[in-house]
Amino acid sequence: MSQWTLFEVFVRSKHGLNHKHVGSLHAADAEMAIENARDLYTRRSEGVSIWVVPSDAITATTSDEKAPLFDPSDDKVYRHASFYELPDEVGHM
Amino acid sequence: MSKYDQLTELLLHLGDSAIVQAQRLCELCGHAPALEEEVALMNVGLDLVGQARNWLEYAAERIDDGRDADALVYRRDELAYRNLLLVEQPNGDFAVTMCKQFLYDAWHYEILNSLIHSSDERVAGIAAKSLKEVTYHLKRSADWVVRMGDGTDESHQRMVKAVDHLWRYVFELAQLDETKQSVIEQGILPGGEDLPERWLAMVTQVFERATLGVPAPAPSIYLNGQKGLHSECLGILLAEMQFLQRAYPDASW
Amino acid sequence: MYAQMVETGVKAVKDKEQMSAEERAFQEKIDAEIKIEPKNWMPSAYRKTLIRQISQHAHSEIVGMLPEGNWVTRAPTLKRKLQLMAKIQDEAGHGLYLYSAMETLGADRDEEVQKMHEGRAKYSSIFNYPTLSWADMGTIGWLVDGAAIVNQVVLQRTSYGPYSRAMIRICKEESFHQRQGYEILLHMMREGTDAQKAMVQESINRFWWPVLMMFGPSDADSPNSAQSMAWKIKRHSNDDLRQRFVDQTIPQLQILGCTVPDPDLKFNEESGHWEFGEIDWTEFYEVLKGNGPCNQERINTRKSAIDNGAWVREAAVAHANKKKPRSAA
Repeated sequence: MSQWTLFEVFVRSKHGLNHKHVGSLHAADAEMAIENARDLYTRRSEGVSIWVVPSDAITATTSDEKAPLFDPSDDKVYRHASFYELPDEVGHM
Repeated sequence: MSKYDQLTELLLHLGDSAIVQAQRLCELCGHAPALEEEVALMNVGLDLVGQARNWLEYAAERIDDGRDADALVYRRDELAYRNLLLVEQPNGDFAVTMCKQFLYDAWHYEILNSLIHSSDERVAGIAAKSLKEVTYHLKRSADWVVRMGDGTDESHQRMVKAVDHLWRYVFELAQLDETKQSVIEQGILPGGEDLPERWLAMVTQVFERATLGVPAPAPSIYLNGQKGLHSECLGILLAEMQFLQRAYPDASW
Repeated sequence: MYAQMVETGVKAVKDKEQMSAEERAFQEKIDAEIKIEPKNWMPSAYRKTLIRQISQHAHSEIVGMLPEGNWVTRAPTLKRKLQLMAKIQDEAGHGLYLYSAMETLGADRDEEVQKMHEGRAKYSSIFNYPTLSWADMGTIGWLVDGAAIVNQVVLQRTSYGPYSRAMIRICKEESFHQRQGYEILLHMMREGTDAQKAMVQESINRFWWPVLMMFGPSDADSPNSAQSMAWKIKRHSNDDLRQRFVDQTIPQLQILGCTVPDPDLKFNEESGHWEFGEIDWTEFYEVLKGNGPCNQERINTRKSAIDNGAWVREAAVAHANKKKPRSAA
């Protein structure tokens, strides 16, 4: 999206201590970036804090390691594999 | 014992509006103007299906004739549907899509704000859960109306056309029909007397930021969603949505 | 799986003695399972290969929404509708994570998407097949997602950090997709009418061979494959992954009480693997070229969405620019 800005997204989970980098997305401005980040990276887990930063505002070292933390969505049971009851004979899926 | 009364009518009205709007959102799958928007639209759709299920489960219990929420969604004809006329309208371009979403969200937000204080506990509970989601829907759709209304000349023109096209259906949101008056009296929709004013105030505020004019109040066009008198597009929508259950009436999915 | 038309530009994999100091240091990191990160030095062929592979993987997720989008308005119960909508939404999300990973390599999302619209970049061949019954929703979740998972699980250990992390996230979310698909079919086979059971078997018959083709042809002779393996962009051969998939899938098929249209399918006691018949690669190459059942429709849908959406994206930018001076005040 060459017209929309590339933003990096950082999320602090409800019980987390700090924001972690989870990825990036495109948006026309920071407010849209927050809205999109909410939909894309948190599936609306409550009490989550989101930061968005334009990618070109970030200065990084060359051996930068950003390890993302991913929150499962607790209130949408159909997203969880355990919600689907399969007979034991099916084995691992 | 069947309790097919005005409360049941209200539950159907809320549930049917949500499922029909969700169905229109499903049609957009793969056609959104940006990938981020695909995720966002589907999120709103998912919320609305969940809400529809809650309202219609309660309705089915009160009707008490063996039907469940699925039976209400998949086996009622259009004359039995109680949704707002607005939500059954086709998606059109993105201006129409988001203008329609916003007009519905504004109404939905305001009515839920009253329903959270309902004398009926179950209604209050469903409303509280729904309000959290709809607050977000409203922010999103209002933001899009503003972006497009106050964006480029082209987007502004499209928004003007969209408002013009959709406004004839908002008379239902701008008035209190029989069902609403009854549930207001019963304390089921407390504070609902000024629902139309609150809706219009919200719309006016957002339209101003969007540099859009608010048209004069829409007259009734002799249709009535609450009484099952819909525009012709609802029947087509239902035919598609209900196809499998109608074609395979004994099947379990 | 997403490596169709990947050209590493390499004629043969270099020995360490043939490498420059930089190349050697790079290869040593890979050999030691140290992740390569965006700002690290990398051979330009490595960068190009990854951009091609990751973008095609992303395109596949996005185009992959369409066969399911074809039935989301007809999902037969509220539960199935919710499940399918959630799955489709995840796929959009996965596409976005992958484009994100790709952009860390300096590629531009718009440009790469344009290549796909023009046929210069590919997406997984399977999505060029139509969905003709509700049972296809089950079959896609079970077999298509199942095949993708076999590929994705191993990619979690790929050498490029952002790609590896995107794969870890995707794998976490993907397990529900496969179970959802299988449950749809199992329910129809166990609780369904005769018409539904026939629908399931017919669906499997139609998808079986195209699913096996998803893993791509045998890569015994490909120098591109060999280089991708050395760089740990690819970690297992196409044939290995295909065999793994078949071995895990046939027992599941047996529980369903269904068959696959392969008279040569048989269990080899000695090797412990399921042997299967010859794949007709002509169909695969034809579909890849653009002569599959829905190639036109898939690309046109994606092209229209992006082209028709241009005015919307422009409006958002115009609005954002209008806000800037005010907020700076």
